[in-house]
Amino acid sequence: MTSEKNTDTRIWFGELTSSRALRRRGLLHVSPGLFWILIFLTVPALALIALSFATRGGYGEIEWIFTFENFTRLAGYGMFGWSPDYLIILARSLWVAFVTTTVCTALAFPLAFFIAGKPKTTRYVWLTLVIIPFWTNLVIRTYAWQLVLSPDLPIARFAAALRLIPAGSPLYPSEFAVYLGMISAFLPFVVLPLYSSVEKLDWSLVEAAHDLYSNKRRVFMQAILPQTLPGLSVGAILTFVPAMGMFLIPDFLGGAKYMLVGNLIQQQFGKSRDWPFGAAVSLALMLLTIIGLFVFRRKGEKMEVI
Amino acid sequence: MQIKRRPLLIPTLALGTLAFLYIPLLAVASFSVNNSRFGLTWHGFTWKWYLELFRNEQILEAVGNTLLLGLVSTVIATVVGTALAIGMSRFPWSKKTSAFFEFNLYMPVITPEIVFAGALVIAFASLRYFSSVFEPGMLNMIIGHVTFQVAFVALVVRSRLAAFNNEIEEASHDLYATSWYTLRKVILPMLTPGIVSGAMLAFTLSLDDFIISFFTAGPTSVTLPLYIYAEVHRGITPKIHALSTVGLLVTILLVVASQKISNSFNEKERDDA
Repeated sequence: MTSEKNTDTRIWFGELTSSRALRRRGLLHVSPGLFWILIFLTVPALALIALSFATRGGYGEIEWIFTFENFTRLAGYGMFGWSPDYLIILARSLWVAFVTTTVCTALAFPLAFFIAGKPKTTRYVWLTLVIIPFWTNLVIRTYAWQLVLSPDLPIARFAAALRLIPAGSPLYPSEFAVYLGMISAFLPFVVLPLYSSVEKLDWSLVEAAHDLYSNKRRVFMQAILPQTLPGLSVGAILTFVPAMGMFLIPDFLGGAKYMLVGNLIQQQFGKSRDWPFGAAVSLALMLLTIIGLFVFRRKGEKMEVI
Repeated sequence: MQIKRRPLLIPTLALGTLAFLYIPLLAVASFSVNNSRFGLTWHGFTWKWYLELFRNEQILEAVGNTLLLGLVSTVIATVVGTALAIGMSRFPWSKKTSAFFEFNLYMPVITPEIVFAGALVIAFASLRYFSSVFEPGMLNMIIGHVTFQVAFVALVVRSRLAAFNNEIEEASHDLYATSWYTLRKVILPMLTPGIVSGAMLAFTLSLDDFIISFFTAGPTSVTLPLYIYAEVHRGITPKIHALSTVGLLVTILLVVASQKISNSFNEKERDDA
């Protein structure tokens, strides 16, 4: 890396230049990618904030009349009094993302340890087995769950035999189906980073804990868990953020019964053509995501201290 | 070395979890050869749904669109993203400028995809206001894909750049190489594994994307995920099972190929060392 000194001659790729000339050349490298992201993501994302205070015109056009209406509507105040529909959708999204992340983490541990325990020659085969569903298109994987839960197949028959559902009906759309879809979609996101942490695990610490008569729980909490936290938190973030805004899985497996905030946003930018309200919901989603990440981080730090 | 535990607990849980990931995929694959137009009961083995795929023009067009989108956006994103990574890590930026770069680099990673899609809709609408291009369609899709791909390529290439230090570049200078020569003959060859894996990642992200495409596609730019989505909403057709199985097979090929490539790079590095 270039040093922070304030001299005006610098070496770059083996050439002697001034730092100003260097920066000019650096901009040449950086600007295409930077402008691309700025124009198509960063600036429009900021525009979302402005848009959320605008009004929808009669034909779905945007009128720049400053209003808090989108937010009061999100909070449930409408023409017909107060109803918590949108708040329920928001809370549900947060809850589904939280449960998905937790279950994925719990399931990822045995799998990561299992793979790490295999001899080096077969390890990559097991890893490949985790990567294949990970790379398979989400539309395909989500449809596949519809298929598995369809009426004539064993799972729905079993549920019907238990009288959980009427005979001949599928197990979707339902809350249960959304959880199945979500967990299987995001599981590899946790397994892969967790595995890379487990692979580097220092087992001498685990042995030391055993030698000092720690019980299994303490060995796990104090000798294993802290070492796997980097991978675990990466996995949790990679799961939580996309799970919060997920639109496809509730669309296929939850139906109108189990709508999440992603579906609400999609509706506003699509069918309803109410961009200002869509922007307000997007803003709420961003905020919830940030709060959720903050909670995960706080928890992560606490775990390190235990 | 292993912890002393009930020896079967971890393998059972692990294999159960893997089965959980594979049951849906196996179900799709087995129904793709089921000779029944309606319903899911077994009516004997058939290849006819696969033959139907090759005769279906919509599907062939969707395959073409998917590949066009994936290849064009990956090429753009790889070039632009590599330049961005080199530009960010090899120049004397002030702390504030670097932070600004970082923020933009991580924007596509931390923005929930649905918000990203909304932002793109807004961007294209504003650009349409000033010009006559940017109608929903292939151009918009390519732009949308490049936007998230650039960030991922840049992140992968940058982590690669961070792995080797300036000494090699300085050595090149001591041997009277020009900066262009150093870039071409020293930096880029060393970066190749990073660039290739960045490009592979970008390509798979493009193939895998549904939401961004859903928001930017026009009627003539339907990709495979969009086609499958529409078909599923129309009701179960056995074609979809065959199409999904082909998608699954292509994925397996891609995964194995990419592992072969990265393994060969690793071996080459070991030989070089």
